[in-house]
Amino acid sequence: MKKISLMAASAAMALSFTGLAQAAGTLDSVKERGYVQCGVTTGLPGYSNPDDKGNWTGMDVDVCRAVAAATLGAADKVKYIPLNAKERFTALQSGEIDMLSRVTTWTLTRDGSLGVNFTGVTYYDGQGFLISKKLGVKSALELDGASVCIQAGTTTELNAADYFRENKMTFEPVVFDTSDQTVKGFESGRCDVLTSDQSQLYAMRIKLSNPSNAVVLPEIISKEPLGPLVRQGDDEWFNIVKWSLYAMINAEEMGLTSKNIDKMMTKGNPNIDRFAGKGITSGLGISGDWAYQIVKQVGNYGEAFDRNLGNGSPLKIERGLNALWNKGGLQYAPPMR
Amino acid sequence: MQSDAKKSPSAPSTKTRFWHDPAKRALVFQILLVLGVFAVLWFIVQNTLHNLESRGITTGFAFLSQEAGFGIIQSLVEYSESSSYGQTFLVGLLNTILVSALGIFFATVLGFIIGVARLSNNWLVAKLASAYVEIFRNIPLLLQIFFWYFAVLRALPSPRQSFQPFDNVFLNVRGLFMPQPMPQQGFELVWWALLIAIAGSVVLARWSKKRQDATGQLFPVYKTALALIIGLPLIVFWLSGSPLTWDEPALRGFNFRGGMTIIPELAALLVALSIYTAAFIAEIVRSGIQAVSKGQTEAASALGLSKAKVLRLVVIPQSVRVIIPPLTSQYLNLIKNSSLATAIGYPDLVSVFAGTTLNQTGQAIEVIFMTMLVYLTLSLLVSAFMNWFNTRMALVER
Ligand SMILES: N[C@@H](CCC(=O)N[C@@H](CS)C(=O)NCC(=O)O)C(=O)O
Repeated sequence: MKKISLMAASAAMALSFTGLAQAAGTLDSVKERGYVQCGVTTGLPGYSNPDDKGNWTGMDVDVCRAVAAATLGAADKVKYIPLNAKERFTALQSGEIDMLSRVTTWTLTRDGSLGVNFTGVTYYDGQGFLISKKLGVKSALELDGASVCIQAGTTTELNAADYFRENKMTFEPVVFDTSDQTVKGFESGRCDVLTSDQSQLYAMRIKLSNPSNAVVLPEIISKEPLGPLVRQGDDEWFNIVKWSLYAMINAEEMGLTSKNIDKMMTKGNPNIDRFAGKGITSGLGISGDWAYQIVKQVGNYGEAFDRNLGNGSPLKIERGLNALWNKGGLQYAPPMR
Repeated sequence: MQSDAKKSPSAPSTKTRFWHDPAKRALVFQILLVLGVFAVLWFIVQNTLHNLESRGITTGFAFLSQEAGFGIIQSLVEYSESSSYGQTFLVGLLNTILVSALGIFFATVLGFIIGVARLSNNWLVAKLASAYVEIFRNIPLLLQIFFWYFAVLRALPSPRQSFQPFDNVFLNVRGLFMPQPMPQQGFELVWWALLIAIAGSVVLARWSKKRQDATGQLFPVYKTALALIIGLPLIVFWLSGSPLTWDEPALRGFNFRGGMTIIPELAALLVALSIYTAAFIAEIVRSGIQAVSKGQTEAASALGLSKAKVLRLVVIPQSVRVIIPPLTSQYLNLIKNSSLATAIGYPDLVSVFAGTTLNQTGQAIEVIFMTMLVYLTLSLLVSAFMNWFNTRMALVER
């Protein structure tokens, strides 16, 4: 079934590229359609995960919602398109989705050769290993000869190969299509270790029938800046997606939350006034109160982090690198003025 | 009228303009059509290239020589992380061919057995065979693949607690590990002996057929040939001082190393494909056998042929002609179905090349084009072979 959808997407892509003129801008088609088509994972707690009623939640989902709030004034006007790692870029290139927000690492070759643009970094991650406790392994350097469960079409697949090669170790890659299958492969004992972006290891661990049997090894073997991306060649849309995330980060820095933003706006602080669209023309081509709508409906970066990944979630991930720049982390957004 | 036509066969034809001559006119139209089709194709390709370029997507086949950088669990040729994407194509292709060829072999054997069993006079055997067909034909193949993979994986022990059915053979969740024969110097002689034995068997078969035609005497060709093909290489092997050592698997660290391995992904896919396709083949075989008229069997029995001989000499040769065409399409289905491999991580062409390579390079159009070409070529080759086989079978008809 995966093969069919991939083939179909590729065929659609071939067709769409044979067309003569490019279609209207993404913003126009989103407005006309009335919702944003956002590519997400097939189900990864904390980032994008559907509940049993089909409602999606997660950090990546909140970025989609922010873009919908900014462009359409309603955060829930999003259609989520679940994609596995292999399908995601083709889906974006062929126009099946307007933006991809799916734990995707920003790399040179992806940015350079896929015809896509990364708009920012939602989460600074790095690759790690999850291993069953009873093997008694303390470090990734003891993994010589291990069988490793990996998801196909990821940077993970390449980093793992590099890491074992660099450290003169051998490994047996067992490669699956979706994270569900990868977890099952690990659980059934097909592999000794599961490797993925570290934050996702925590997310996958809670999918295990007995999470306390598995531990995450201390090594981080790569840089994985995860962020949203859009098709190359539509600068208007690129700016909107880029600034939707920046607005969330700036809001946290300015102390604006979904709960207090209405009250804060009455205080006559020029920074906050500009944030809410007073006395400033953003030039983004969307309603002046776009940033206010994002914070009001979705919340600031910190709120989203806490709700999906941090203490307000089952994952309980530390802010770490993802704290604001003035709190010892890397999250930094250009000023809104 | 007759005379009219006879009078002017050549004279007016020199006068007709060529567009009044239907044959020539048709030719012109066909040439125009072909040119038109090519023009449209050329236009589409040019446009696609231009659009891809303007959207910043890399095109062309240069990626085939770039380093792939990812590992593949099973490879019939030399492969490492530093091999090229072109090499991943070859690895995937060979893995597809491997599982398809083995699948076709096992599905055919199993399908013939079940098909014949369905017609058995033994009530239980016939009922079991039809239950098999009904069950496996009606469950989606993907589910069957998942079943064999995950259900069987869970049933198998970890490497440290492997089953050991024979000395140096280990079965665990990582696969079946066996000693690998390592031919030493002098082993070529054994191959030569095998070749000679096969050639000898062919000559023997021809001779015995001639003799039977001439004298009616039978010669036990199959048994002699079998003895020859197994015996001769064995004797040579023994005489040349057993030039063979075994590389034995041994548990080191996490896994067994050395020896030969059948990975569970291959086993599960093979079992699922064979069992599923065998259900269809069984039906084809049953209908093929039933298509041979009863009079034939009765006549053969009346001549005093044994039941086995009736089947082998009268029924099967005739039913094969009915069986081959639908059998061909089952083979083609099996080859195409083998691409479900990607669901359980068997590294076939779709998983390795149309999956990982496509994703890492982003060159969907080139990669999918090559992949489709492979399936098309494989299918055409199999059909061509089966058609050849079919005409050979049909020629026997008198
Ligand atoms: N960040 C990496 C890996 C992203 C990735 O696909 N991670 C897996 C976890 S192993 C995932 O989220 N899978 C969910 C899915 O396939 O739906 C990349 O961009 O290549």
